[in-house]
Amino acid sequence: MGSPVEVDAVSFAYGRDEVLDCVTFQVQPGEFVALTGPNGSGKSTLLRVLLGLTTPKSGSVRLFGHAPEQLMDRWRLGYVPQRAASAELLPATVAEVVAAGRLARRGWWRRPSPDDEGAVAEAMAAVDLADLANRRLGELSGGQQQRVLIAKALVSGPELLVLDEPVAGVDAGSQRRFRDALVQLAKDKGVAVLLVSHELGAVADDLDRVLVLKSGRILFDGPPGDLTATGVSLGVHAHDLPVWLEGLA
Amino acid sequence: MQLALLAGLVVGASAPLIGTFLVQKRLALMGDGIGHVAFAGVSAGLLLGVWPIWTALIGAVAGACAIEWLRARGRAGGDLALALFFYSGIAGGVVLSGLAGSLNTGTLTYLFGSILTVTRGDAVTIAVLGAVILLAIVVSWRALFSVVLDEEAARVAGLPVDRLNLALAALAAVTVVAGMRIVGVLLVAALMALPVGAAQRMSSSFRGTLVRASAIGALSAVVGLAAARRWALAPGGTIVLVAAAAFVLAAVVSPARRTATAG
Repeated sequence: MGSPVEVDAVSFAYGRDEVLDCVTFQVQPGEFVALTGPNGSGKSTLLRVLLGLTTPKSGSVRLFGHAPEQLMDRWRLGYVPQRAASAELLPATVAEVVAAGRLARRGWWRRPSPDDEGAVAEAMAAVDLADLANRRLGELSGGQQQRVLIAKALVSGPELLVLDEPVAGVDAGSQRRFRDALVQLAKDKGVAVLLVSHELGAVADDLDRVLVLKSGRILFDGPPGDLTATGVSLGVHAHDLPVWLEGLA
Repeated sequence: MQLALLAGLVVGASAPLIGTFLVQKRLALMGDGIGHVAFAGVSAGLLLGVWPIWTALIGAVAGACAIEWLRARGRAGGDLALALFFYSGIAGGVVLSGLAGSLNTGTLTYLFGSILTVTRGDAVTIAVLGAVILLAIVVSWRALFSVVLDEEAARVAGLPVDRLNLALAALAAVTVVAGMRIVGVLLVAALMALPVGAAQRMSSSFRGTLVRASAIGALSAVVGLAAARRWALAPGGTIVLVAAAAFVLAAVVSPARRTATAG
Protein backbone atom coordinates (compact mmCIF):
# COMPACT_ATOMS: atom_id res chain seq x y z
CA MET A 1 0.00 0.00 0.00
CA GLY A 2 1.41 3.41 -0.95
CA SER A 3 1.56 6.57 1.12
CA PRO A 4 -1.70 8.45 1.49
CA VAL A 5 -0.36 11.20 -0.78
CA GLU A 6 2.49 11.01 -3.31
CA VAL A 7 2.83 13.95 -5.68
CA ASP A 8 5.70 13.47 -8.13
CA ALA A 9 6.89 16.27 -10.45
CA VAL A 10 3.40 17.53 -11.18
CA SER A 11 3.10 20.37 -13.66
CA PHE A 12 -0.09 22.02 -14.86
CA ALA A 13 -0.91 24.90 -17.16
CA TYR A 14 -4.06 26.74 -18.24
CA GLY A 15 -3.22 27.25 -21.90
CA ARG A 16 0.22 28.86 -21.85
CA ASP A 17 -0.02 29.94 -18.21
CA GLU A 18 2.14 27.64 -16.14
CA VAL A 19 0.36 27.22 -12.82
CA LEU A 20 2.24 24.32 -11.27
CA ASP A 21 5.91 23.62 -11.95
CA CYS A 22 7.36 20.27 -11.01
CA VAL A 23 5.66 19.99 -7.60
CA THR A 24 6.80 17.05 -5.49
CA PHE A 25 5.83 16.11 -1.96
CA GLN A 26 4.41 13.28 0.13
CA VAL A 27 2.13 12.99 3.14
CA GLN A 28 2.52 9.99 5.41
CA PRO A 29 -0.03 8.35 7.74
CA GLY A 30 -0.50 10.38 10.92
CA GLU A 31 1.23 13.47 9.50
CA PHE A 32 -0.37 16.87 9.93
CA VAL A 33 0.76 18.92 6.93
CA ALA A 34 -0.25 22.40 5.82
CA LEU A 35 -0.08 23.75 2.29
CA THR A 36 0.07 27.52 2.20
CA GLY A 37 0.99 30.35 -0.13
CA PRO A 38 -0.32 33.65 -1.48
CA ASN A 39 -3.31 34.03 -3.76
CA GLY A 40 -2.44 32.85 -7.24
CA SER A 41 0.29 30.48 -6.01
CA GLY A 42 -1.45 27.44 -7.45
CA LYS A 43 -2.88 25.97 -4.23
CA SER A 44 -6.38 25.50 -5.61
CA THR A 45 -5.09 23.94 -8.80
CA LEU A 46 -2.78 21.62 -6.86
CA LEU A 47 -5.73 20.62 -4.72
CA ARG A 48 -7.88 19.85 -7.77
CA VAL A 49 -5.08 17.75 -9.28
CA LEU A 50 -4.61 15.92 -5.97
CA LEU A 51 -8.32 15.11 -5.72
CA GLY A 52 -8.50 13.89 -9.30
CA LEU A 53 -10.77 16.72 -10.41
CA THR A 54 -8.30 17.69 -13.12
CA THR A 55 -5.37 15.95 -14.82
CA PRO A 56 -1.81 17.29 -14.63
CA LYS A 57 0.13 18.14 -17.76
CA SER A 58 2.96 15.96 -16.50
CA GLY A 59 3.93 14.10 -13.38
CA SER A 60 1.78 11.88 -11.27
CA VAL A 61 -0.40 11.85 -8.18
CA ARG A 62 -0.93 8.71 -6.13
CA LEU A 63 -3.44 8.32 -3.31
CA PHE A 64 -2.70 5.12 -1.36
CA GLY A 65 -0.70 3.93 -4.37
CA HIS A 66 -3.46 4.60 -6.91
CA ALA A 67 -4.14 7.39 -9.36
CA PRO A 68 -7.03 9.43 -7.88
CA GLU A 69 -9.50 8.38 -10.57
CA GLN A 70 -8.58 4.72 -9.99
CA LEU A 71 -8.94 4.74 -6.22
CA MET A 72 -11.86 2.38 -5.63
CA ASP A 73 -12.19 2.77 -1.85
CA ARG A 74 -13.18 6.44 -2.03
CA TRP A 75 -14.16 6.41 1.65
CA ARG A 76 -10.44 6.50 2.48
CA LEU A 77 -10.36 10.09 1.23
CA GLY A 78 -12.22 12.70 3.24
CA TYR A 79 -12.59 16.14 1.69
CA VAL A 80 -13.70 19.32 3.42
CA PRO A 81 -14.40 21.95 0.74
CA GLN A 82 -14.68 25.65 1.28
CA ARG A 83 -18.12 26.60 2.56
CA ALA A 84 -20.42 27.42 -0.35
CA ALA A 85 -22.99 30.15 0.18
CA SER A 86 -25.53 28.14 -1.82
CA ALA A 87 -25.36 25.28 0.67
CA GLU A 88 -26.93 27.55 3.29
CA LEU A 89 -30.07 27.80 1.15
CA LEU A 90 -30.58 24.05 0.98
CA PRO A 91 -33.48 22.77 3.08
CA ALA A 92 -31.38 20.17 4.84
CA THR A 93 -30.62 19.26 8.41
CA VAL A 94 -27.19 18.83 9.93
CA ALA A 95 -27.80 15.08 10.20
CA GLU A 96 -28.73 14.81 6.51
CA VAL A 97 -25.62 16.69 5.41
CA VAL A 98 -23.34 14.55 7.58
CA ALA A 99 -25.07 11.35 6.42
CA ALA A 100 -24.32 12.32 2.80
CA GLY A 101 -20.67 11.67 3.59
CA ARG A 102 -21.46 8.04 4.27
CA LEU A 103 -22.38 7.23 0.66
CA ALA A 104 -18.72 6.66 -0.26
CA ARG A 105 -18.55 3.89 2.33
CA ARG A 106 -21.77 1.97 1.69
CA GLY A 107 -22.61 2.71 -1.97
CA TRP A 108 -24.91 5.46 -3.17
CA TRP A 109 -27.81 3.13 -4.02
CA ARG A 110 -27.99 1.37 -0.65
CA ARG A 111 -30.26 2.32 2.22
CA PRO A 112 -28.59 3.40 5.47
CA SER A 113 -27.87 0.62 7.96
CA PRO A 114 -27.66 0.86 11.77
CA ASP A 115 -23.85 1.07 11.33
CA ASP A 116 -24.29 4.11 9.09
CA GLU A 117 -26.61 5.79 11.59
CA GLY A 118 -24.13 5.08 14.38
CA ALA A 119 -21.28 6.54 12.35
CA VAL A 120 -23.31 9.71 11.69
CA ALA A 121 -24.05 10.12 15.40
CA GLU A 122 -20.38 9.55 16.23
CA ALA A 123 -19.15 12.04 13.64
CA MET A 124 -21.54 14.74 14.91
CA ALA A 125 -20.47 14.09 18.49
CA ALA A 126 -16.79 14.31 17.49
CA VAL A 127 -17.30 17.93 16.38
CA ASP A 128 -19.74 18.79 19.16
CA LEU A 129 -22.80 19.00 16.94
CA ALA A 130 -24.97 16.23 18.41
CA ASP A 131 -27.46 18.74 19.85
CA LEU A 132 -27.89 20.42 16.47
CA ALA A 133 -28.64 17.28 14.43
CA ASN A 134 -32.14 18.37 13.43
CA ARG A 135 -31.34 22.03 12.87
CA ARG A 136 -31.36 23.38 9.35
CA LEU A 137 -27.89 24.02 7.95
CA GLY A 138 -28.64 27.63 7.06
CA GLU A 139 -29.57 28.44 10.66
CA LEU A 140 -26.06 27.70 11.94
CA SER A 141 -23.15 30.07 12.30
CA GLY A 142 -20.19 29.93 9.92
CA GLY A 143 -18.11 28.00 12.42
CA GLN A 144 -20.89 25.49 13.05
CA GLN A 145 -21.42 24.98 9.32
CA GLN A 146 -17.72 24.32 8.92
CA ARG A 147 -17.90 21.70 11.65
CA VAL A 148 -20.80 20.08 9.79
CA LEU A 149 -18.60 19.77 6.69
CA ILE A 150 -15.80 18.31 8.79
CA ALA A 151 -18.20 15.76 10.28
CA LYS A 152 -19.40 14.91 6.76
CA ALA A 153 -15.80 14.23 5.74
CA LEU A 154 -15.10 12.17 8.88
CA VAL A 155 -18.21 10.01 8.87
CA SER A 156 -16.82 7.47 6.41
CA GLY A 157 -13.69 6.91 8.57
CA PRO A 158 -11.14 8.32 6.12
CA GLU A 159 -7.42 7.63 6.25
CA LEU A 160 -6.59 10.89 4.47
CA LEU A 161 -8.34 14.17 5.24
CA VAL A 162 -7.92 17.11 2.88
CA LEU A 163 -9.30 20.50 3.99
CA ASP A 164 -9.59 23.60 1.81
CA GLU A 165 -9.51 26.91 3.73
CA PRO A 166 -11.51 25.44 6.61
CA VAL A 167 -11.19 28.39 8.99
CA ALA A 168 -12.08 31.20 6.62
CA GLY A 169 -14.62 33.36 8.42
CA VAL A 170 -14.69 31.10 11.47
CA ASP A 171 -14.66 32.45 15.04
CA ALA A 172 -11.77 31.77 17.40
CA GLY A 173 -13.69 29.30 19.54
CA SER A 174 -14.59 27.17 16.54
CA GLN A 175 -11.00 27.37 15.32
CA ARG A 176 -9.81 25.90 18.62
CA ARG A 177 -12.36 23.06 18.44
CA PHE A 178 -11.39 22.47 14.86
CA ARG A 179 -7.70 22.30 15.78
CA ASP A 180 -8.42 19.80 18.57
CA ALA A 181 -10.35 17.56 16.19
CA LEU A 182 -7.56 17.57 13.59
CA VAL A 183 -4.82 16.88 16.13
CA GLN A 184 -6.77 13.96 17.54
CA LEU A 185 -7.28 12.53 14.07
CA ALA A 186 -3.62 12.75 13.13
CA LYS A 187 -2.00 11.76 16.43
CA ASP A 188 -4.51 9.31 17.90
CA LYS A 189 -6.05 7.75 14.80
CA GLY A 190 -3.11 7.96 12.38
CA VAL A 191 -5.08 9.88 9.76
CA ALA A 192 -2.98 11.85 7.27
CA VAL A 193 -4.18 15.46 7.32
CA LEU A 194 -3.46 17.96 4.56
CA LEU A 195 -4.69 21.45 5.36
CA VAL A 196 -4.76 24.09 2.62
CA SER A 197 -4.99 27.50 4.22
CA HIS A 198 -3.75 31.07 4.40
CA GLU A 199 -4.33 31.07 8.13
CA LEU A 200 -2.24 28.61 10.11
CA GLY A 201 -2.00 30.41 13.43
CA ALA A 202 -4.50 28.13 15.18
CA VAL A 203 -2.59 24.95 14.24
CA ALA A 204 0.99 26.24 13.99
CA ASP A 205 2.14 24.41 17.15
CA ASP A 206 0.71 21.09 15.97
CA LEU A 207 1.88 20.89 12.38
CA ASP A 208 4.49 18.32 11.41
CA ARG A 209 5.36 20.07 8.16
CA VAL A 210 4.53 23.16 6.17
CA LEU A 211 4.59 23.28 2.39
CA VAL A 212 4.91 26.78 0.96
CA LEU A 213 3.79 27.15 -2.62
CA LYS A 214 4.61 30.25 -4.62
CA SER A 215 4.24 30.79 -8.35
CA GLY A 216 3.53 27.11 -8.78
CA ARG A 217 6.68 25.88 -7.02
CA ILE A 218 7.31 24.40 -3.58
CA LEU A 219 9.65 26.89 -1.91
CA PHE A 220 9.70 25.26 1.49
CA ASP A 221 8.92 21.78 2.80
CA GLY A 222 9.79 21.19 6.41
CA PRO A 223 8.88 21.63 10.08
CA PRO A 224 7.14 24.92 10.92
CA GLY A 225 9.93 25.72 13.38
CA ASP A 226 12.44 25.89 10.52
CA LEU A 227 10.14 28.28 8.66
CA THR A 228 9.49 30.55 11.62
CA ALA A 229 13.23 30.57 12.40
CA THR A 230 13.61 32.59 9.23
CA GLY A 231 11.30 35.18 10.76
CA VAL A 232 8.21 34.13 8.87
CA SER A 233 4.93 34.17 10.79
CA LEU A 234 2.32 31.47 10.38
CA GLY A 235 -0.42 33.77 11.65
CA VAL A 236 -2.73 36.04 9.73
CA HIS A 237 -0.79 38.01 7.21
CA ALA A 238 -3.08 38.75 4.34
CA HIS A 239 -1.16 41.93 3.56
CA ASP A 240 2.38 40.76 4.13
CA LEU A 241 2.24 37.32 2.52
CA PRO A 242 4.10 38.48 -0.56
CA VAL A 243 6.65 40.25 1.65
CA TRP A 244 7.62 37.29 3.76
CA LEU A 245 7.59 34.93 0.83
CA GLU A 246 9.89 37.30 -1.08
CA GLY A 247 12.37 36.73 1.70
CA LEU A 248 12.01 33.01 1.30
CA ALA A 249 12.59 32.74 -2.43
CA MET B 1 -63.76 12.06 -13.72
CA GLN B 2 -62.16 9.16 -11.84
CA LEU B 3 -59.53 8.79 -14.53
CA ALA B 4 -58.85 12.52 -14.43
CA LEU B 5 -58.50 12.37 -10.65
CA LEU B 6 -56.10 9.43 -10.81
CA ALA B 7 -53.99 11.06 -13.49
CA GLY B 8 -53.98 14.37 -11.61
CA LEU B 9 -52.96 12.72 -8.36
CA VAL B 10 -50.08 10.84 -9.99
CA VAL B 11 -48.72 13.89 -11.75
CA GLY B 12 -49.33 16.21 -8.79
CA ALA B 13 -47.45 13.86 -6.49
CA SER B 14 -44.56 12.95 -8.78
CA ALA B 15 -43.70 16.26 -10.48
CA PRO B 16 -42.50 17.95 -7.25
CA LEU B 17 -40.26 14.96 -6.47
CA ILE B 18 -38.15 15.90 -9.49
CA GLY B 19 -38.76 19.59 -9.02
CA THR B 20 -37.21 19.50 -5.53
CA PHE B 21 -33.81 18.71 -7.04
CA LEU B 22 -34.18 21.08 -9.99
CA VAL B 23 -35.11 23.99 -7.71
CA GLN B 24 -32.05 23.43 -5.52
CA LYS B 25 -29.86 23.33 -8.64
CA ARG B 26 -31.47 26.60 -9.84
CA LEU B 27 -32.82 24.71 -12.85
CA ALA B 28 -36.55 24.95 -12.15
CA LEU B 29 -37.12 26.47 -15.59
CA MET B 30 -35.58 23.39 -17.19
CA GLY B 31 -39.08 21.90 -17.11
CA ASP B 32 -40.25 24.71 -19.35
CA GLY B 33 -37.45 24.11 -21.85
CA ILE B 34 -38.15 20.39 -21.92
CA GLY B 35 -41.86 21.07 -22.29
CA HIS B 36 -41.26 23.13 -25.39
CA VAL B 37 -39.17 20.34 -26.91
CA ALA B 38 -41.88 17.85 -25.93
CA PHE B 39 -44.38 19.98 -27.86
CA ALA B 40 -42.18 19.59 -30.94
CA GLY B 41 -42.24 15.84 -30.25
CA VAL B 42 -46.05 15.86 -30.03
CA SER B 43 -46.27 17.69 -33.35
CA ALA B 44 -43.86 15.22 -34.93
CA GLY B 45 -46.08 12.38 -33.73
CA LEU B 46 -49.17 14.01 -35.20
CA LEU B 47 -47.34 14.50 -38.50
CA LEU B 48 -46.11 10.90 -38.60
CA GLY B 49 -49.38 9.41 -37.41
CA VAL B 50 -47.67 7.99 -34.31
CA TRP B 51 -49.09 8.23 -30.76
CA PRO B 52 -47.78 11.65 -29.71
CA ILE B 53 -46.84 10.52 -26.19
CA TRP B 54 -44.05 8.33 -27.58
CA THR B 55 -42.58 11.00 -29.84
CA ALA B 56 -42.94 13.55 -27.06
CA LEU B 57 -41.05 11.23 -24.70
CA ILE B 58 -38.24 10.68 -27.20
CA GLY B 59 -37.97 14.38 -27.95
CA ALA B 60 -38.19 15.41 -24.31
CA VAL B 61 -35.55 12.95 -23.10
CA ALA B 62 -33.21 13.86 -25.96
CA GLY B 63 -33.75 17.56 -25.31
CA ALA B 64 -33.25 17.18 -21.57
CA CYS B 65 -30.01 15.27 -22.02
CA ALA B 66 -28.79 17.85 -24.53
CA ILE B 67 -29.56 20.70 -22.13
CA GLU B 68 -27.69 18.91 -19.36
CA TRP B 69 -24.75 18.12 -21.65
CA LEU B 70 -24.45 21.78 -22.63
CA ARG B 71 -24.78 22.96 -19.06
CA ALA B 72 -22.26 20.46 -17.65
CA ARG B 73 -19.61 21.38 -20.19
CA GLY B 74 -20.20 25.09 -19.89
CA ARG B 75 -20.77 25.27 -23.63
CA ALA B 76 -23.59 27.70 -22.99
CA GLY B 77 -24.73 29.42 -19.82
CA GLY B 78 -27.62 27.55 -18.19
CA ASP B 79 -30.19 30.16 -19.23
CA LEU B 80 -28.81 30.43 -22.77
CA ALA B 81 -29.02 26.66 -23.20
CA LEU B 82 -32.62 26.82 -22.02
CA ALA B 83 -33.41 29.69 -24.39
CA LEU B 84 -32.04 27.67 -27.32
CA PHE B 85 -34.36 24.79 -26.52
CA PHE B 86 -37.31 26.93 -25.45
CA TYR B 87 -37.62 28.76 -28.73
CA SER B 88 -36.43 26.03 -31.08
CA GLY B 89 -38.82 23.58 -29.46
CA ILE B 90 -41.93 25.74 -29.61
CA ALA B 91 -41.08 26.99 -33.09
CA GLY B 92 -40.43 23.45 -34.30
CA GLY B 93 -43.72 22.37 -32.79
CA VAL B 94 -45.63 25.13 -34.53
CA VAL B 95 -44.01 24.32 -37.89
CA LEU B 96 -44.58 20.57 -37.57
CA SER B 97 -48.16 21.07 -36.41
CA GLY B 98 -48.79 23.27 -39.41
CA LEU B 99 -47.41 20.60 -41.71
CA ALA B 100 -49.62 18.02 -40.03
CA GLY B 101 -52.63 20.28 -40.37
CA SER B 102 -53.05 19.98 -36.62
CA LEU B 103 -52.50 23.52 -35.46
CA ASN B 104 -55.87 23.49 -33.76
CA THR B 105 -57.57 22.17 -30.63
CA GLY B 106 -55.58 18.94 -31.02
CA THR B 107 -52.29 20.61 -30.23
CA LEU B 108 -53.89 23.03 -27.77
CA THR B 109 -54.75 20.10 -25.50
CA TYR B 110 -51.04 19.35 -25.23
CA LEU B 111 -50.08 23.00 -24.76
CA PHE B 112 -52.58 23.67 -21.97
CA GLY B 113 -53.65 20.18 -20.91
CA SER B 114 -56.99 18.44 -21.14
CA ILE B 115 -57.27 16.35 -18.02
CA LEU B 116 -61.00 15.78 -18.37
CA THR B 117 -60.48 13.95 -21.68
CA VAL B 118 -57.87 11.57 -20.27
CA THR B 119 -58.59 8.06 -21.52
CA ARG B 120 -57.94 4.79 -19.72
CA GLY B 121 -54.84 4.32 -21.90
CA ASP B 122 -53.60 7.81 -20.97
CA ALA B 123 -54.19 7.12 -17.28
CA VAL B 124 -52.30 3.83 -17.42
CA THR B 125 -49.39 5.50 -19.22
CA ILE B 126 -49.30 8.34 -16.70
CA ALA B 127 -49.43 5.84 -13.83
CA VAL B 128 -46.51 3.87 -15.27
CA LEU B 129 -44.45 7.03 -15.80
CA GLY B 130 -45.30 8.15 -12.28
CA ALA B 131 -44.19 4.79 -10.91
CA VAL B 132 -40.88 5.11 -12.79
CA ILE B 133 -40.32 8.54 -11.26
CA LEU B 134 -41.19 7.37 -7.76
CA LEU B 135 -38.96 4.29 -7.96
CA ALA B 136 -36.04 6.30 -9.32
CA ILE B 137 -36.32 8.85 -6.52
CA VAL B 138 -36.67 6.20 -3.79
CA VAL B 139 -33.46 4.55 -5.02
CA SER B 140 -31.38 7.63 -5.76
CA TRP B 141 -32.60 10.60 -3.70
CA ARG B 142 -29.69 10.43 -1.25
CA ALA B 143 -27.17 10.40 -4.09
CA LEU B 144 -28.96 13.24 -5.88
CA PHE B 145 -29.04 15.16 -2.60
CA SER B 146 -25.28 14.73 -2.28
CA VAL B 147 -24.80 16.12 -5.79
CA VAL B 148 -27.09 19.06 -5.09
CA LEU B 149 -25.28 19.76 -1.79
CA ASP B 150 -21.82 19.93 -3.38
CA GLU B 151 -21.22 18.52 -6.84
CA GLU B 152 -17.43 18.64 -6.58
CA ALA B 153 -17.34 16.93 -3.19
CA ALA B 154 -19.68 14.28 -4.60
CA ARG B 155 -17.19 13.63 -7.42
CA VAL B 156 -14.35 13.33 -4.93
CA ALA B 157 -16.45 10.80 -3.01
CA GLY B 158 -16.70 8.70 -6.17
CA LEU B 159 -20.37 9.29 -6.96
CA PRO B 160 -21.21 9.03 -10.69
CA VAL B 161 -22.14 12.70 -10.81
CA ASP B 162 -22.43 13.05 -14.60
CA ARG B 163 -24.70 10.01 -14.85
CA LEU B 164 -26.82 11.18 -11.93
CA ASN B 165 -27.27 14.61 -13.52
CA LEU B 166 -28.23 12.98 -16.83
CA ALA B 167 -30.66 10.69 -15.03
CA LEU B 168 -32.25 13.69 -13.32
CA ALA B 169 -32.61 15.43 -16.69
CA ALA B 170 -34.21 12.32 -18.18
CA LEU B 171 -36.59 12.03 -15.21
CA ALA B 172 -37.53 15.68 -15.70
CA ALA B 173 -38.41 14.79 -19.29
CA VAL B 174 -40.54 11.84 -18.14
CA THR B 175 -42.31 14.17 -15.70
CA VAL B 176 -43.06 16.71 -18.42
CA VAL B 177 -44.53 14.05 -20.70
CA ALA B 178 -46.58 12.58 -17.85
CA GLY B 179 -47.90 16.02 -16.99
CA MET B 180 -48.61 17.48 -20.40
CA ARG B 181 -52.09 15.92 -20.66
CA ILE B 182 -52.89 17.21 -17.18
CA VAL B 183 -51.75 20.83 -17.16
CA GLY B 184 -50.07 21.14 -20.58
CA VAL B 185 -46.43 21.60 -21.56
CA LEU B 186 -46.64 25.33 -20.85
CA LEU B 187 -47.62 24.80 -17.20
CA VAL B 188 -46.06 21.50 -16.13
CA ALA B 189 -42.90 23.24 -14.91
CA ALA B 190 -45.09 25.14 -12.46
CA LEU B 191 -46.19 21.86 -10.88
CA MET B 192 -42.53 20.93 -10.54
CA ALA B 193 -41.58 24.18 -8.82
CA LEU B 194 -44.46 25.78 -6.91
CA PRO B 195 -45.17 22.92 -4.48
CA VAL B 196 -41.42 22.80 -3.75
CA GLY B 197 -41.38 26.52 -3.02
CA ALA B 198 -44.17 26.00 -0.51
CA ALA B 199 -42.67 22.86 1.03
CA GLN B 200 -39.19 24.23 1.64
CA ARG B 201 -40.66 27.04 3.70
CA MET B 202 -42.31 24.49 5.95
CA SER B 203 -39.47 21.96 6.24
CA SER B 204 -36.14 21.82 7.97
CA SER B 205 -35.07 18.63 6.27
CA PHE B 206 -34.59 17.70 2.64
CA ARG B 207 -36.57 14.52 3.06
CA GLY B 208 -39.39 16.52 4.65
CA THR B 209 -39.30 18.93 1.71
CA LEU B 210 -39.61 16.03 -0.76
CA VAL B 211 -42.57 14.50 1.06
CA ARG B 212 -44.39 17.80 1.67
CA ALA B 213 -43.83 18.99 -1.90
CA SER B 214 -45.33 15.78 -3.23
CA ALA B 215 -48.31 16.09 -0.89
CA ILE B 216 -48.89 19.72 -1.82
CA GLY B 217 -48.69 18.84 -5.51
CA ALA B 218 -51.21 16.03 -5.11
CA LEU B 219 -53.54 18.24 -3.05
CA SER B 220 -53.28 21.01 -5.65
CA ALA B 221 -54.38 18.55 -8.33
CA VAL B 222 -57.39 17.36 -6.30
CA VAL B 223 -58.51 20.82 -5.16
CA GLY B 224 -57.84 22.31 -8.59
CA LEU B 225 -59.90 19.63 -10.33
CA ALA B 226 -62.74 20.03 -7.86
CA ALA B 227 -62.74 23.83 -8.27
CA ALA B 228 -62.56 23.55 -12.05
CA ARG B 229 -65.53 21.19 -12.07
CA ARG B 230 -67.50 23.35 -9.64
CA TRP B 231 -67.01 26.64 -11.49
CA ALA B 232 -66.43 25.38 -15.06
CA LEU B 233 -62.82 26.60 -15.11
CA ALA B 234 -59.91 25.38 -17.22
CA PRO B 235 -58.67 22.50 -15.05
CA GLY B 236 -54.96 22.72 -15.94
CA GLY B 237 -54.73 26.40 -15.12
CA THR B 238 -56.83 25.97 -11.96
CA ILE B 239 -54.54 23.24 -10.64
CA VAL B 240 -51.51 25.50 -11.12
CA LEU B 241 -53.27 28.45 -9.50
CA VAL B 242 -54.03 26.29 -6.45
CA ALA B 243 -50.33 25.34 -6.28
CA ALA B 244 -49.44 29.03 -6.53
CA ALA B 245 -51.86 29.83 -3.72
CA ALA B 246 -50.20 27.15 -1.59
CA PHE B 247 -46.84 28.80 -2.23
CA VAL B 248 -48.15 32.22 -1.22
CA LEU B 249 -49.84 30.82 1.88
CA ALA B 250 -46.65 29.05 2.95
CA ALA B 251 -44.68 32.26 2.43
CA VAL B 252 -47.11 34.19 4.62
CA VAL B 253 -47.56 31.77 7.51
CA SER B 254 -44.13 30.08 7.70
CA PRO B 255 -41.11 31.59 9.44
CA ALA B 256 -38.75 33.45 7.16
CA ARG B 257 -36.21 31.06 5.71
CA ARG B 258 -33.52 31.71 3.15
CA THR B 259 -34.19 29.35 0.28
CA ALA B 260 -33.09 28.77 -3.29
CA THR B 261 -35.15 30.65 -5.83
CA ALA B 262 -36.42 29.17 -9.05
CA GLY B 263 -33.46 30.24 -11.13
